[in-house]
Amino acid sequence: MGADSTVILDGVGVKRALTRIAHEILERNKGVRDLVLVGIRTGGVHLAHDLALRLEEIEGEKVPVGAVDITLYRDDIKGHAEHLPVGKTDIPFSIEGMKVVLVDDVLYTGRTIRAAMDAIMDHGRPSCVQLGVLVDRGHRELPIRADFVGRNVPTSRKENVQVVFDAENTPTEVILQK
Amino acid sequence: MGFKHKDIIGLQDLTAEEIELLLNTAENLKEINSRDIKKVPTLRGKTVVNLFYEASTRTRTSFEIAAKRLSADTINITASTSSVVKGETLSDTARNILAMKPDIIVMRHAASGAHHYLAQRVSCSVINAGDGAHEHPSQGLLDMLTMRQKFGKLAGLKVAIVGDITHSRVARSDIYGLSKMGANVFLAGPPTMMPPGVERLGNVTVCKDMREAVEGADVVMMLRIQLERQGKTLLPTLKEYSRYYGLNNNVLQLAGKDAIVMHPGPINRGVELCSHVADGAQSHILKQVENGVAVRMSMLYHVSGGELTAE
Repeated sequence: MGADSTVILDGVGVKRALTRIAHEILERNKGVRDLVLVGIRTGGVHLAHDLALRLEEIEGEKVPVGAVDITLYRDDIKGHAEHLPVGKTDIPFSIEGMKVVLVDDVLYTGRTIRAAMDAIMDHGRPSCVQLGVLVDRGHRELPIRADFVGRNVPTSRKENVQVVFDAENTPTEVILQK
Repeated sequence: MGFKHKDIIGLQDLTAEEIELLLNTAENLKEINSRDIKKVPTLRGKTVVNLFYEASTRTRTSFEIAAKRLSADTINITASTSSVVKGETLSDTARNILAMKPDIIVMRHAASGAHHYLAQRVSCSVINAGDGAHEHPSQGLLDMLTMRQKFGKLAGLKVAIVGDITHSRVARSDIYGLSKMGANVFLAGPPTMMPPGVERLGNVTVCKDMREAVEGADVVMMLRIQLERQGKTLLPTLKEYSRYYGLNNNVLQLAGKDAIVMHPGPINRGVELCSHVADGAQSHILKQVENGVAVRMSMLYHVSGGELTAE
């Protein structure tokens, strides 16, 4: 790690934050009934699986996990020199009438979340969509806020926030790069 | 790794990495086709012109569905109902279409090289939906996607292609594509339908007997006898052709036990393919058609990505 990066959350901090988010999800939704998690590729998917394990530990019931790729729903597609590779959207269950918790690693401008919500709506009509993120770094460009936040981190636009995952896709730390 | 081409004229012009990218994108786009709402907003506001100088059901419909599922607007122009019958040249037709500001022209034309000619004259993207006996890249890609789904890879596969190689743009695209991906192509067909020097196009072995090509093959690709494209001079009778170069269960038994049968369609039942095989368990013909939509979505997606430098 370079001299100009700082650790915002270490491994233990990440675990505590995710455990708290899991409890908050259960409290808000009064259990896991009709609840599904949908992670945004790629960091959000890893976190969604992590959260699903925690929910299962607490409630003893499995929560379905899906993955959404937002490439096809981006609003900045013309800005790229060439189109980005398309990842796979994989929601192997009906979201009709379900409570969907959308999971991402870092909440920033809100444009990714807008795209992800459009992608989810194309799969059906959930009864509600909630948003859980590990880090909220501010600078929203759209009227979007998270329901569950691991850590609020004030940042400048020049900085970069990164959630680091190990080989097993377990989140190990969150770093801020200047 | 990105896709930097404005046009897709043939698989000959693409690298193995670019083919891989097109196939991977197609694989990921497939999911859209099984949704209730089969549409994503990616190409919203783009206009795709399907310009077809030759008859086609499958390819034109498939391109149109692909464009619509990506939210592009599509316009179909078929030569028989357009000003082409009044004698308009390709260059004039292209200039007039261009004045209406399309983003992508998908064209099928009877002349090999028509797309190359067009692509140099227009600023929008050009996708080849088949030109003469040259190439049919979307068919080549969907063939490769179908094989890759079955076998998990393309490298090292033995692919037999049987029929009229000379007049087949499908065979050419398959030969270029498969060779780049490391598969081995074995060709068989009547000597009158085997172009001299075809070995030089890629990893190609020409077989004298169809059985030699099919033996141990992973894929048996049967080509359509194009009754509309050739005179009667190349074949004595269809019955004789069918006897030596038609695929029936006896010949298919020579292939590997997991072998799949493919055909670009439309089938001449009882000529190159007997109905038992066409409708049998090893037939992947409808799978090819299904994959065609995803592959064409991938092509439209990648050509429309770049900032066009031609202007």
